[in-house]
Amino acid sequence: MFRIYNKIRRTGCVTEPLDLTAAPVVELGAACQKEIATRFSGSLAIRMVDAGSCNGCELEMHAANNSFYDIERFGIHFVASPRHADLLLVTGVVSRHMEEALKRTYAAMPAPKLVVAMGDCAGDGGEFGISYASCGPVANVIPVDAIIPGCPPTPTGLLQGLLQLLQR
Amino acid sequence: MKQQIRGPVADFGDQLSAVGIRGQEDNPLAGITTQLQLKAKDWGFATQIAAQQKLRWSAIWGDHQPPNIIIRALFFGADGHLLLQTEVPDKSPELTSQTAYFIAATRPERYLHDMFGVQFLDSSDQRRWVRHQAWGESDFPLRHDFPVAGKPEKNTAPDDGYPFTPVAGEGVYEIPVGPVHAGIIEPGHFRFQAMGENILRLEERLGYVHKGIEKIAVGRDLDGLIRLAGRVSGDSTVAHSWAACQAVEQALQIDVSPRALALRGILSERERIANHLGDIGAICNDVGFAFAQYQLSRLRELWQRQNLSLSGHRLLMDIVTPGGVKYDLDQAVIKQMQQEIVQLRCEIDELLPLLLEYPSLQDRLRDYAIFSPEDAQRLGAIGYVGRASGLADDLRRDCPYPPYQGLNISVPVYSTGDLTKRLQVRGEEILSSLTLISSLLRTLPPGDLIADYSLSGHPVEGIGLIEGWRGETLAYVRLDSAGRVQRYFPRDPSWLTWQALEMMLDGVIVPDFPVCNKSVNGSYSGHDL
Repeated sequence: MFRIYNKIRRTGCVTEPLDLTAAPVVELGAACQKEIATRFSGSLAIRMVDAGSCNGCELEMHAANNSFYDIERFGIHFVASPRHADLLLVTGVVSRHMEEALKRTYAAMPAPKLVVAMGDCAGDGGEFGISYASCGPVANVIPVDAIIPGCPPTPTGLLQGLLQLLQR
Repeated sequence: MKQQIRGPVADFGDQLSAVGIRGQEDNPLAGITTQLQLKAKDWGFATQIAAQQKLRWSAIWGDHQPPNIIIRALFFGADGHLLLQTEVPDKSPELTSQTAYFIAATRPERYLHDMFGVQFLDSSDQRRWVRHQAWGESDFPLRHDFPVAGKPEKNTAPDDGYPFTPVAGEGVYEIPVGPVHAGIIEPGHFRFQAMGENILRLEERLGYVHKGIEKIAVGRDLDGLIRLAGRVSGDSTVAHSWAACQAVEQALQIDVSPRALALRGILSERERIANHLGDIGAICNDVGFAFAQYQLSRLRELWQRQNLSLSGHRLLMDIVTPGGVKYDLDQAVIKQMQQEIVQLRCEIDELLPLLLEYPSLQDRLRDYAIFSPEDAQRLGAIGYVGRASGLADDLRRDCPYPPYQGLNISVPVYSTGDLTKRLQVRGEEILSSLTLISSLLRTLPPGDLIADYSLSGHPVEGIGLIEGWRGETLAYVRLDSAGRVQRYFPRDPSWLTWQALEMMLDGVIVPDFPVCNKSVNGSYSGHDL
C-alpha cells in the first residue's frame, strides 16, 4: 500500500497543465471547453462506433483519455449508450456487416445530433474503399457533419477536429 | 552445411509413407521445413499423422486457380513448419475436415467455406462464420469470377437469424451483447448463456468488420500491398507489414540489409512493448484498479511519443517497406533510446512486482478465468495466451529469422493459465523486449535502408512468418510476372486466441467477462479481414 502511495506521490500529475499555453492540446481543449460551455451546457457526450476500422483510431481515442490529454477536463466524455449522446464518433469504412448497427445507433440518439467521421477510412474510404464488403465512407450511410483526417488522427488532431466543428 | 536435425516435421514424409500415403515432396518455400503435395483423398490421413506427431495447427487457406482451388494447411513442430498442399476442383470442392484432430481448424474451415465454397466433410460445425448478409449463400467472394464490387443490395439486412447453439434448462437465460459495445472497442457479438451470475457458456459471433482485405489486395502493387497489410490490425501494423514484406522478399529473393532487419526488429519490439503497456493497465482497470491504468497509460503515451520522434508515426504505420525500412537512427538518437530503455525498465521493475503482490488486485486475478494447459495444448494456443498456459512457442527463438539469430531470447512461460499469469507474461515480455532493443542498438550493423530489387518476370510466391506481439503472424503472397498481387492471405494470431476466450470462462461471472476478454485481447479486425 505504501509503495502505491509513494509511486503516486513521485509520479505527480502529468496532465499537461492549463497555464502552459505552449502545449497545443491545452489551447485546443480550452477553446473546446468554451464552445461546450455555451452550446452543450458544459458537457459534450460522445458515443463511438467502430464501423469497420483497423483499431488504429480506437487506440488514439484511448490515448485522448490518458492522463496527458485527459479530454474529460474539457467537458468531453465518452458514454455507453447512444441515448445519452450528443455526438456520434465513427471510425473505419462502414462494413456492410455493420451498416444496420450503425444506422440503428444513429437512430437511437436524441436530436439534435452531430456525426463526426474520424480518420481517413471514415472520411473518404481510406485504404479499404467501397467493395462487396464495404459501403465506403460514413457519409454513404448516415449524414456526416465533420471529418477528422489522419491515419489515425492523433489525440491532438481529434481535439482539433472537434473544435472546428463546435466553432462552426 | 549444418546437418538438419530430424524432428517430427522433417520426418513427416517418412511417416506418411509408412502408412502407404505418397506425398510428393516439393521444394519448400523459404522458411518452411517440409512441404508436401497430397491427393485430396489423403488430406484426412495426413492430418491424422500430424496430430499423432503432436504438431501445432497453425493455419489453412485457399487460392482459386481455375479450374482448381488450392488448399494449404500449415503446422508447427519442434523442427519448424510443415506445409501441406492439395487441390480440389472448383466445380465440386470437397475435402475432409481437420476438425476431428484439431479444434483450431473449425472457424478457419467455416471461413474457407464462406469465401471459396469448399465443403468440409465430417466437420463438427457446418454453420457459416464470416458471412452475414452482405453476400448470398451461393456466392463466394474469393472465387476468381466474383467481382470485387460484389452485388450489394441498397441496404444490407441485419444478420439476426444466426443459429446460436441453444442451452436449455430451468433458470438458464441468454444475454446478447454487441456488435456495438459499451466502451471504446471494436465490434463483435457475444452470446452469453447464464444462470444467476455464472456464465454457463459463451458463444462468439464475429465478422462484423469484414472489409474484404484479401479481395481488395488482388491487383495491387507491392507498396499498395504493404500499406494494406499495415492495416489488417492497427495494433499489429509492424507485425503484419513485416510478415507481408518477408513473404514478398522471399518470393523475389530480395536481400534486405542487416541494418534494415535490425531496425525492423526494433520496431517490432517497440510495438510489443506499447501494446503490453496498454493491456496491463486496461486489465487492472477492468477490475477497478485505476492506479495501474494511470501509470501504464502514462508509460504507453511516453513510448508512443518516442515512436513519433523516431519514425514519424505514433503507431509505427508505413515504416516497414518492401526491401527495408523508412527510418534510420543516428548515434545521438541511439544514446537517447538507451536512456529511455533504462527509464522504462526501472518503471516496470517497480510496477510489476507491486501489481503482482497487491492483495486487492490479485484477489480478482489469481486462479480466475483459467485456461488450462491441457486446453491450450488441444487448441494450439500461441503468444502470451499460450505462454501463460504452458506453451512456449516463439518463432524468434524456435526458428529465428534475422535479426533474432544469435540473440538470447528469454520467453516467460507459466502453467497456471489464470488472469495473473496472462498479465505477468506481458510484463516480463516488456523486460525481455527492452533487452532485445538494447542489444540490437549496441550492435546495429551498417547497410542500406532499402535494398534495390527488380521483379522476377514470372509468377512467384512466398511466406512470411513473424512473431508479432500477439504471437505467430503469417502472410502468404503470390505475385504475377508484373509484380501485381494475385493472392494475399494474412493470418492474425487472434484466430487461435478468440477460441481460447470461450474456453476459460468456467466459474466466471458475467460482470467479470470484460477483464477476461482484455486478458486475451483478440483483434476483431485482424480476424474478420
